[in-house]
Amino acid sequence: MVSLSSYLILSAILFSIGVVGFLLRRNTIVIFMSIELMLNAANLAFVAFSRFLNSMDGQVIVVFVMSVAAAEAAVGLAIILAMYRTQKTVNADEMNLMKW
Amino acid sequence: MLETALFVILAVFTVVTAVLVIVQRNPVTSAIFLILTFFSLAGIYLLLHAEFIAAVQVIVYAGAIMVLFLFVIMLLNLEKEKRLVARHRLIKVVGIFLGAALLIQIGMVFQHLILEGAPGKFSPEKVAGLGNTQVVAQLLFTDFLLPFEITSVLLLVAIIGAIVLAKREM
Repeated sequence: MVSLSSYLILSAILFSIGVVGFLLRRNTIVIFMSIELMLNAANLAFVAFSRFLNSMDGQVIVVFVMSVAAAEAAVGLAIILAMYRTQKTVNADEMNLMKW
Repeated sequence: MLETALFVILAVFTVVTAVLVIVQRNPVTSAIFLILTFFSLAGIYLLLHAEFIAAVQVIVYAGAIMVLFLFVIMLLNLEKEKRLVARHRLIKVVGIFLGAALLIQIGMVFQHLILEGAPGKFSPEKVAGLGNTQVVAQLLFTDFLLPFEITSVLLLVAIIGAIVLAKREM
């Protein structure tokens, strides 16, 4: 029987990898993938808790997280497309039109 | 014993592919490794007896969302962007340091937190008897009906937003 903390540690490691990717990479698409990694880490924690606390609420929340992630990916990638059209780049450092 | 072995294999595979996602230069390769990460996470959900979530993980994440990612990557011409990593060595070091600090912080919380709670009414045996998908669906349409309806509105807003943003003239 795998304990709850092993699942939570795996979730924490995944989340940290996502944070490092978010901080290191300058390509907006890879930054988005890092966000997806972090969302998946949260999902894993939800499912693990739902299993070990005998409650199904966690799994229902995961369904909502997934739909929010899908909406976020659709809108975010549309923003990247629009940005690429005006700026000809997906580099996060060069996206500074709104900087004062 | 088998469960532990499967968990270790899947966990190592998940972490390795997740690291490969963020170190790959080519975004297409990153996307492929992200799909592998999602598949191994689906395997971990199966270990946790969350069959419905595992299926949705493969269909929605590995299917729909990653196809969207690959489409956008291929719509953009990213040849000159391939070399995009952090410009300064300092940024890299600070980024890895912040990630490690976060991991240690989460670990310390786990150490001091008592991860116990009042057990809910869905014991694994009961869920296995009723069927995982049936229990999730029943909760989704009774206790979580309002969030469910709000999610549908959110998806509608996302559809409209994506169409407006991706239109040729802004």
